[in-house]
Amino acid sequence: MSNWFLALLGGLLSLQAAAHDDAGSSRMAVIRGGQFESVLPPAPGLKRASVADFRLDRKPVTNAQFARFVRQHPDWRRDKIAAVFADDGYLSHWSSPAEPGTDIRNQPVVRVSWFAASAFCGARGARLPTWYEWEYAAAASATLPDGRHDDSWQQTVLSWYSRSASGSLPDVGRSPANYYGIHDLHGVIWEWVEDYAGMLVAGDNREQSDPDSLRFCGPGALTMEQKENYPTLMRIALLSSMQARYTGGAMGFRCAVDAGSSTK
Amino acid sequence: MKYLMLTLLMVASLAHGGNGYPRDSIYRLQAHLTNQSGVAHGLDVYEGQPVLITMFYGSCPAACPLLIDTLRSVERAAPPAQRERIRVLMVSIDPEHDTVQNLAELARARRIDLSHWTLARTDPATIRRIAAVLNVQYRALPDGGFNHSSIVTLLSPQGEILKQSSVLAKADSSLLEALSGIP
Repeated sequence: MSNWFLALLGGLLSLQAAAHDDAGSSRMAVIRGGQFESVLPPAPGLKRASVADFRLDRKPVTNAQFARFVRQHPDWRRDKIAAVFADDGYLSHWSSPAEPGTDIRNQPVVRVSWFAASAFCGARGARLPTWYEWEYAAAASATLPDGRHDDSWQQTVLSWYSRSASGSLPDVGRSPANYYGIHDLHGVIWEWVEDYAGMLVAGDNREQSDPDSLRFCGPGALTMEQKENYPTLMRIALLSSMQARYTGGAMGFRCAVDAGSSTK
Repeated sequence: MKYLMLTLLMVASLAHGGNGYPRDSIYRLQAHLTNQSGVAHGLDVYEGQPVLITMFYGSCPAACPLLIDTLRSVERAAPPAQRERIRVLMVSIDPEHDTVQNLAELARARRIDLSHWTLARTDPATIRRIAAVLNVQYRALPDGGFNHSSIVTLLSPQGEILKQSSVLAKADSSLLEALSGIP
């Protein structure tokens, strides 16, 4: 009887050990999916968006982590990358093509294109989060999965965004964890999402007019809700103006996976 | 002789491999596509020729038929020196519905000349990357349809973007002008 009990206990412990060995599972937080009111309704007349269970990096990807990736995949070095995958700003702040410099090792990596961010996550067996996943995770306050109607939380978030953008970035993980144990979703950097190019798409343009004005303002374009949710709207506006090869001095990323899959 | 052969092989593989393309060529993107006949190929299937590339979905009620008409208009209006050289690559954003069989059916129904045109499908991650190099925006809708920008892109024989147009239903003169500039 006691042997059986010990065997069971041992089994449980080894299961737990296996879960911790998977670097992805401790690096990532599990997020139970659900329906929520996005600032970007899925379709006209449909208010709620659905998100399946997924896991999301607790912190943005750092320069040190990205440097490891670049050493393993030299095609993504700033002196090797094809112009089709990144603009001239790509990793231009690093001290050398393979080294960020010691003072910024634990800061979020920025000046990375969507292609580079996708490739980084892909090499880990992960992917970029979708916009809805990102927004769903970022709706959490410190104590609630959806803190968006909490005035004091709104004020906290706004105060982070209103900080001066000059000066260097903080190390990752300095801001308090949210309900899911995730850091830095607000107030530190902008973040790439997988479907950055699918957020404000106008309908099939059947008329011949200026494509750029039609693209965002046409009758088929999605309308944004929750006008008071200024920080989220700002993000959408920024992401919609990006192309996949663009890089920016405050544009970083983190990775996600479906709940069932494991990462490297 | 053996060394010469080897050298020639290496030069050939350099010229045709992903890294042999210009730094701004979209053919740098490694993409595994399947055409309407079930044949596997890369994004560079028409390497060496001017290409009109576009993204579409087969069940699209309005813009897709118009897109095919537009591509035909550009082909017809192209400078005589280019008319026979132009190739058309249409990549589906809806792999779930645009199966090989459905692409073949679309080609048959629209009497598409498969000696010059390819209808292709691939996996969702590759679709995102192809859309990204072409700056095509798209979004799946809950009803199974898509919103997407209907952009026709003219590629150089080495896969560089020469011109993009969202003019539909007629040949965009700026595309034709860019076409006539290809040596």
